[in-house]
Amino acid sequence: MFEHKKGRIALPPANAQKTQTCCHFCIVGCGYHVYKWPAEQEGGLAPNQNALGLDFRKQVPPLQVTMTQTMTNVIQDDDGSYQRIMILPDKDCKVNSGLSSTRGGQMASIMYSPQTPVGSKRVKYPRVLAGDEWRDTSWEEAMALYSHLTKLVLDDAGPDQLMFNLFDHGGAGGGFENTWGTGKLIFTGLGTKMVRQHNRPAYNSECHATRDMGIYELNNSYEDAQMADCIFTVGANAYETQTNYFLNHWLPGLTGQSVDRKREVYDDGETIQPTRIILIDPRRALTVALLEEAIDNENILFLDIEPGTDTALFNGLLTYVVDQGWQDDEFIKEYTTGFEDAVKANRMSLDETSRITGISKDKIIQAAEWAYKPKESGHLPRTMHGYEKGIIWGNDNYRIQSALVDLVLATHNVGRRGTGVVRMGGHQEGYCRPPFPGGRPAPYVDQEILQGNGQMLTSWACNSFQTTLNAEQYRNEVLRRSAIVKQALRKVRGAGPEEKAKVIHKAVKEDGGLFVTVIDLYATKFAEAAHMVLPAAHTGEMNLTSMNGERRLRLSEKFMDPPGTAKPDCLIAADMANALRKLYEAEGNTDMAKRFEGFDWKTEEDAYNDGFRRAGQPEAPIIHSQGGATGHLATYDRLRAAGNNGVQLPIKEYKNSELIGTEMMYTDNKFDTDDGKAHFLPAPWNGFPEMVDDQRKKYRFWINNGRTNQIWQSAYHDQHVEFRRGRYPMSPLEINPEDAKDLGIESGDLLELFNDYGATTAVAYLEPDIKQGQVFMMAMYFNSVMGDLVTPWTDRNHIPYYKGAWADIRRIGQIDDYADKVSFKRRRYV
Amino acid sequence: MKLSRRQFLAFTGTTAAGSAALGGSLLLNPAHAAEGSEQPGKVNLDYPTTAVSKAGDLKVGQPVSFTYPDASSPCTLVKTGRKTQGGIGPDGDIVAYSILCTHMGCPVNYSSEERTFKCPCHFSVFDSELNGQMVSGQATENLPRILLSYKDSDDSITAVGVEGLIYGRQANILPSA
Repeated sequence: MFEHKKGRIALPPANAQKTQTCCHFCIVGCGYHVYKWPAEQEGGLAPNQNALGLDFRKQVPPLQVTMTQTMTNVIQDDDGSYQRIMILPDKDCKVNSGLSSTRGGQMASIMYSPQTPVGSKRVKYPRVLAGDEWRDTSWEEAMALYSHLTKLVLDDAGPDQLMFNLFDHGGAGGGFENTWGTGKLIFTGLGTKMVRQHNRPAYNSECHATRDMGIYELNNSYEDAQMADCIFTVGANAYETQTNYFLNHWLPGLTGQSVDRKREVYDDGETIQPTRIILIDPRRALTVALLEEAIDNENILFLDIEPGTDTALFNGLLTYVVDQGWQDDEFIKEYTTGFEDAVKANRMSLDETSRITGISKDKIIQAAEWAYKPKESGHLPRTMHGYEKGIIWGNDNYRIQSALVDLVLATHNVGRRGTGVVRMGGHQEGYCRPPFPGGRPAPYVDQEILQGNGQMLTSWACNSFQTTLNAEQYRNEVLRRSAIVKQALRKVRGAGPEEKAKVIHKAVKEDGGLFVTVIDLYATKFAEAAHMVLPAAHTGEMNLTSMNGERRLRLSEKFMDPPGTAKPDCLIAADMANALRKLYEAEGNTDMAKRFEGFDWKTEEDAYNDGFRRAGQPEAPIIHSQGGATGHLATYDRLRAAGNNGVQLPIKEYKNSELIGTEMMYTDNKFDTDDGKAHFLPAPWNGFPEMVDDQRKKYRFWINNGRTNQIWQSAYHDQHVEFRRGRYPMSPLEINPEDAKDLGIESGDLLELFNDYGATTAVAYLEPDIKQGQVFMMAMYFNSVMGDLVTPWTDRNHIPYYKGAWADIRRIGQIDDYADKVSFKRRRYV
Repeated sequence: MKLSRRQFLAFTGTTAAGSAALGGSLLLNPAHAAEGSEQPGKVNLDYPTTAVSKAGDLKVGQPVSFTYPDASSPCTLVKTGRKTQGGIGPDGDIVAYSILCTHMGCPVNYSSEERTFKCPCHFSVFDSELNGQMVSGQATENLPRILLSYKDSDDSITAVGVEGLIYGRQANILPSA
């Protein structure tokens, strides 16, 4: 119910239903509680009259609660009853200790309500395009069409013509239940390798290098940041993108509050010193700016590196460390291979490093001393390395990551408390699938589409119109080929699914068409190309398990029904598989029918038990699960009992009614390689890829890009929520005031960005912390697709270089509403 | 404003420390407020009308503290120096807000340079010239705005209502003490 002044709120009564949930959004996975109660009831103001136990008869003191109208909603259950919900952070969760982020704090307001704008955008029933209009339909009709067409394509052309754009993660739009359900359908059943992930054009890892070196990318605990001598963070902006990890675990160490934590794990006699932080980022991001206000500036070192030159920096640091003799020789000798070759290949002088990276020699030496110089007691410092999209989407993912992990291995900054070399992460994790049927590198699926391959394309809980490289060309080609099928559908009247499938099959086989299915909460931008949209459920509407950036597995409990006939992705996959099995059985093709067996799931828990809990078990097929062979110990009941603290994977045992997990990996120096040793990898500095360098030389501005605090990824909810869309009606473009002046640009002006690959729009946001010749925008906003400007270049594993875009900027004009209603005050806490 | 280490620790430490830092201030004073509206025929709360200041006494960039709608709700009155949406007074530049951050209730500080409110606990920033819009940070609602009325005849400013829910309350009007 819309109430613009929002002067009061309904409290949950003391007997309100209370369930556990993780935040839907970022990798940190903060714990929250969901209160649910009949809409006509409300709790009283006295502490014993409301479920929060707070005394609302008087002003509640600061830091006791986060409770706003955004954290409440009125929903409607399937029985027609109205229920209130309130979703508040869990004080006992070790991840967030009661802190709420601006993303998680809005969870209640994005849950489905028939009365909210965001609710009205949900897809409630399967819908099929009848040439020129959408028609709601039954699951039976939709599944019949999908399975008949799939079978025609599969039998005629084989699995390579079945393309998928597919989520691979946890959190909302993911979860172990759903990765397994979809994986089993697509890899075991259909057997296609033509699958791209939600944010990249092939089926690969963003962390191939570190894995090849024997180190899984999430190898420590969040509390290790409190135990570190030094936090070395590169290409990450933790305050905005891993908020409560930063607030609840980085700041305590950096403000001297974690001495006791250090004392618990340090060796006898080991020097305990204040935690320092080294931030490597071309942009003075919000994290840097606020740290300079919040902590002792003597403990901050900000290296404003030239974009794309991280490999040179890591190699310069490795060379300097080895020249000083600061490496851990014993560890290197006993537990690693390839050290000398890597040092030789990566060798780079300080002068050369400084010239390439734009960082002064003094600062490089200071960084080396903070992070790697033995402490007063003679112990090597405990330095935690955290990296994210700055290098994952950087100049040659595999190479940069190799260079970074070489440096980490040489200085033994893994497997000891207070260390770790970890990706900071985007969404939560939740991977559980059969082996991918393709090789490495996996097919570059976007290019396959551009080349006219693929007859069916199913976009599952992702939206690559906003989240790919060379996006404009990709979008145009998908839309062009989709239109061929739309044209064919216009001529079909009165046809059943089988007949309709034949018409479509002709259009995709003979006329170059592409049949597009979108499975999602909303009719996304990608749905502009779709012929069928299937409504999915998300966290809260189903039971869903995920793990966070410290491998913490939790169960988010279902507390409401999905809208309409929407259902969990794993059960949609099961419907597809069962429909295909029946078609093959009907024609007596038992071999094919067998591939689609084992989907007799009634609930998402069945899918969880079939995948996550069968991995590594006798007689189970090979299952690649982040739970490993002990995942079977984590039943739903046990996870419910474990609450929002869950258990850190891999699980060691179930003892005394408790799941015992793993806080830190590699404490025994046994790494994930065939010989158990960590492998150094040579990673010489590469310069820029030619395709990228052409743009760099030709265009004036480097288009840095990433996330802002308030907006989650593709903004699938946010674009329909006034608090967020009102803040960012379009992506802001942070631009230096001098550059802006030169181009006649003021804050609030509408801009076009363009280069040889495409063009997009953004709103000018003048910011003095941005260097001249550089700008920053959101990476994948719904009406500002930064990927339009990104070249199709990828690394050896088909990982894009999203950060490698250069473009020119043109002032379009102004939309008064933007200029009047959007704040252009500095986002930085300065 | 630069936050001292001591203040910072107080705000981000344990709950007890956070409360202690603010104890003794007006925040924890018992409420003395008007009864909330419970009558049929009313949607809005019955806000009191409270004299706050004379417009002529205000100086640009020098906020004035007051409480509204009751003694346990600290607010600030600001003459921003620029005509602003909803601003009152002869220059249309006087606005007022609750100073309790909507995220976790820490008192926000006014920056006269940026004309924003900043929360030292978790770094939320609110725009004083745009209805308290959250510029960045962890809140999920804008800073509650105190609705003001200005009378030309005697240059008086009175607080007449609140737009948004004040931190730490079920309703902006507390029950009578």
